[in-house]
Amino acid sequence: MMEGYEKAAADAEERLAAAADIDAVAAIEREMLGRRSKFTEAKRKLGELDPGARAEAGRLLNEARGRVEAAVAAARARLAASGRADRYAAERLDLTERLPQTAPLRRGHFHPVTQARDRLEDVFVGMGYTVEEGPEVESAWYNFEALNIPDWHPARGSFDTIFVDLGQPEEVMLRSHTSPVQIRVMEHRKPPIYIVAPGRTFRADTADATHLPAFNQIEGLAVDRNITMGDLAGTIDEFVRAFFGREVKSRLRPSYFPFTEPSAEFDISRPDGSWLELGGCGMVHPNVLSNCGIDPEEWQGFAFGFGIDRLAVMRHEIDDIREFVNNDVRFLSQF
Amino acid sequence: MKVLLSWLREFAPGIDGDPGALSDVLSALGLTVEEMTVTGAMPGGVVLGRVLDLRPHPDADRIQLVDVDDGSGSTLQVCCGAFNMAVGDLVPLARVGTVMPGGLEIARRKLRGQTSEGMCCSEIELDMGADAEGIMILNDRVASSAEPGTPLAEALGLEPDVLWDLDVGANRPDALSVMGVARDLAAGLGVAFEPPDWSTPASGPDISEAVEVEIVDPTLCGRFVGRVLRNAPAGSSPPWMANRLTALGQRPINSIVDISNYVMLELGQPSHTFDLGRVSGAQIRVRRARDGETIITLDGQHRMLANGDGVIADGDDGVIGIAGVMGGASSEIDASTTDVLVEMAWWDPPSISRTAKRLNLSSEAATRFRRGADWGYNVERCMNRFVQLAVEQGAEVAPGMIDERGDLPDRRPLRVRTARVNSLLGTSLSAEAIAGHLGSIGFGADMSDDGAGIDVTIPTWRWDTETETDVAEEVARLHGYENIERTVPTGNEAGGLSTYQKDRRLVREVLVGAGCCETQPMPFVAPGALAAVGLAEDGITLSNPVDDSESVLRTSLLPGQLGAVAYNQRHFNGDVRLFEIGHVYLPAPEGQLLPDEREFLAVALSGEEAPAAVAVLDLLAEALALPAVEVRAAVLAGMHPTRSAEVVVAGRARGAVGEVDPEVLEACGVSGPVAWLQLDLQQVLEGPRTRRRYRPVSKYPPSDVDLAFVVPDDVAAAQVERALRASAGSLLARVELFDSYRGSGVPEGSRSLAYRLRFQAPDRTLTDAEVAEIRQRCVDETSRRTGATLRS
Repeated sequence: MMEGYEKAAADAEERLAAAADIDAVAAIEREMLGRRSKFTEAKRKLGELDPGARAEAGRLLNEARGRVEAAVAAARARLAASGRADRYAAERLDLTERLPQTAPLRRGHFHPVTQARDRLEDVFVGMGYTVEEGPEVESAWYNFEALNIPDWHPARGSFDTIFVDLGQPEEVMLRSHTSPVQIRVMEHRKPPIYIVAPGRTFRADTADATHLPAFNQIEGLAVDRNITMGDLAGTIDEFVRAFFGREVKSRLRPSYFPFTEPSAEFDISRPDGSWLELGGCGMVHPNVLSNCGIDPEEWQGFAFGFGIDRLAVMRHEIDDIREFVNNDVRFLSQF
Repeated sequence: MKVLLSWLREFAPGIDGDPGALSDVLSALGLTVEEMTVTGAMPGGVVLGRVLDLRPHPDADRIQLVDVDDGSGSTLQVCCGAFNMAVGDLVPLARVGTVMPGGLEIARRKLRGQTSEGMCCSEIELDMGADAEGIMILNDRVASSAEPGTPLAEALGLEPDVLWDLDVGANRPDALSVMGVARDLAAGLGVAFEPPDWSTPASGPDISEAVEVEIVDPTLCGRFVGRVLRNAPAGSSPPWMANRLTALGQRPINSIVDISNYVMLELGQPSHTFDLGRVSGAQIRVRRARDGETIITLDGQHRMLANGDGVIADGDDGVIGIAGVMGGASSEIDASTTDVLVEMAWWDPPSISRTAKRLNLSSEAATRFRRGADWGYNVERCMNRFVQLAVEQGAEVAPGMIDERGDLPDRRPLRVRTARVNSLLGTSLSAEAIAGHLGSIGFGADMSDDGAGIDVTIPTWRWDTETETDVAEEVARLHGYENIERTVPTGNEAGGLSTYQKDRRLVREVLVGAGCCETQPMPFVAPGALAAVGLAEDGITLSNPVDDSESVLRTSLLPGQLGAVAYNQRHFNGDVRLFEIGHVYLPAPEGQLLPDEREFLAVALSGEEAPAAVAVLDLLAEALALPAVEVRAAVLAGMHPTRSAEVVVAGRARGAVGEVDPEVLEACGVSGPVAWLQLDLQQVLEGPRTRRRYRPVSKYPPSDVDLAFVVPDDVAAAQVERALRASAGSLLARVELFDSYRGSGVPEGSRSLAYRLRFQAPDRTLTDAEVAEIRQRCVDETSRRTGATLRS
């Protein structure tokens, strides 16, 4: 009987390898490993052997059983894979067969943030600006240092920067503002420069009704021979009236940013006579121009920046900006 | 920074007027008012009361009966719900008839049969704080001579006042003090700014016998001023000081700590106090730390220092304080302290900033030092103020002052060009006007002889101010931003979108026209999310993610789109057509710091099969005039292995089209099918385009021919079409597949493809014989090239 285990196992392996379907596998499993199978029977009879022979017989029996169990599992996996392959084969489509498609006559919708961004771009294009873009993952040079924010600067902490695991610690980050695009443009182009740079920006903010860790800003930059702070105030004013309407006024208030000097916040008037803070602006800091190889004695410039998402929120009276990233069609199809 | 009107007026008595108008002036000066509150208004009927007796209420457990002496000679019984009073305590008592800050009028009334003739008040009831739990116990907050019946405002030294909370920029270290705000506001209002000075007689042995100070590293410490107090006051501060500290957000602690905070808030100079008896050798050495030195700071934390941190060491060279950031526990003042060393120093801002950041340890002192404290005469003024306040409370001061110097900022007069200031601001200010503005905030301004400029001496309280542009900003501030005439630049040429940007808009328009909604999911995914859609789990990770489930940068738009489809399905929105244009972040190429960041386009059509996605691709290809767009069947990560193809544009792989793998859909909780298209939009739009060249349209009638072929499954329809086009020649105007059929009459392993071919000549009507000949050529050639047979 003992020598029979191995032969029985080998025989079962052979039959399992050839089994054509799951039922055949199950039948072999029942026959070899079930309650009334040869192996179970043999195990029951082990007790009748003398103790010396019992250990050796038990070992051989377990080994044979193990082989059959493994073969059953392998056969099941093989059949599942081939079942999948058969299913995939049966589903095969020739994608070069271009039959006429009848799409439903239903218009889709632009994302409300895209609509706000496009409208902003259009206003600035009308004012003589081109649109520039840059990467969303930035180095400390573009996000901070070239913008006159050295590593020790107190302003660095206020950005709540999200860093990524590249380079040295805190050397690479998700850009915390669109201002790096200013640097990239000035490094590669001689003035006069008149650009706006919209795009995605990032801060380590927990998502709630008014915050998202990823949001959108637009940045403006003008560098020319005789750009003045009066030009900045006038440009902001022109933009505000073109974008929000002729009755809306703007004002500048002194503020501080490391990359502009003088710096200002700019506000727009509301119908009730109060003011709403919209963004920051200022005259490009001479250090920023120098960092880009532009002589601040020869060229002057202004820059401004503000959030895009908020404009969409204001326009459509949206009360929870998480809807911007949920992508629920009941939300998207309202715009 | 918070400031009180009454405090500002101690520096500029001329500051006066409507609080709202003063707020506008502050904001216009760049000291943005975030909040304005009127404080200290105390209802007249609230007086000091003394508790004479406490008794349980006979019929209520939660109320006790309090006998209060209100100074009137008779005893009032008050029913009170608080139990924190003891007999003899002084408490605020609101007499009958008082209208409380919340509008409640106190009346004589009965509570369960017991008369209550007034109310004992908690902090919150008097609008003096947040504590609503117990009655305010005033024993330590009023003078010992205060009698019951004294109006509470008088007993506490409260006066109606205005409190402003200002947002002060990092370039204005001076404005982190009452004095600095008063200087600006006085200039803005055109009233005099007259900072007081203080002096106090000294006594006893000279300071030189008490302590020795050495600046070992002059790049760290520019100035170290010290004085020694004897019999330093212990206990709490007088009410007026405690009130002001509380109003500005500092909790009163004890006499010496409060004086230190008071002087810092008033004049901007942080100080540190050492228990001189606990400074080994009565010696102070200012130096940089060595790696591995440690200290237990005042907050009880054990801190490891690093090379470069500024420290204060004692006579044994042991570290007893982190310079400019926080003192050490070992020399902290306590009840047993007699002699106190008061330190006022000027620290190198970058050094302090780096240490505070590295230790993640901020303090009011560090906030001021990292922005640059004053290093001039004001340090002595501050020390005089400290000493004067301490002596007022019973201390004595030793004669003499330590004044050690290291490297201080070099501030020689700066030539400021009138023309440059005007050209930057767009103004036409005279040199005199500029000098006048600067003088009003303490800048020295001497007219140069040639009249072209001003020699400006920047005051020592403006560390961040050092260039001509910095000075121009001050001029703009004082001139008033609103007084700058508004103009627009004239040098810009025509604006416009780039070709890329225009094409990207076109892509959006085509997709919206095809019924797709634009989505903008977050560009982060959870760890494992890329593997879950069958992609390599090689996304760049965030070092400090906001949420661990959003800690990997996506390498494909697939996870986000499937997430959006799943969201819509969960919310019973049925099948959706979605698209996204967004960045993906592929691993950085060798030798490059930043990732390989690209703009991708994805379209997800839930409930639709692969051909729908191909149709969208065809729409885009036509709209963008993409040359030679092919779909080549391929097995692609995350995609259905027999319903997907690589998109090839002008011979280059540019994306994938087909269906998402059903197993991926299952893993993402999406019910399928989902037709899918993803393109490397940047490469597609920057790649070649077909030039749309005019071809004359024929004026002659066309002849349509229908041909159905039995085509083996391993021959793509595209091959058949190519063969038809090649064999039909130049008279073929159009070829269109109109039917694909499997079933009876068509052998297993093949399908029937039916094409409609339109033939047309530009210059004549084709004869039947001509058409028949081309037809035959098409049949023969297509059969020969592809193995397809004409279906009879």
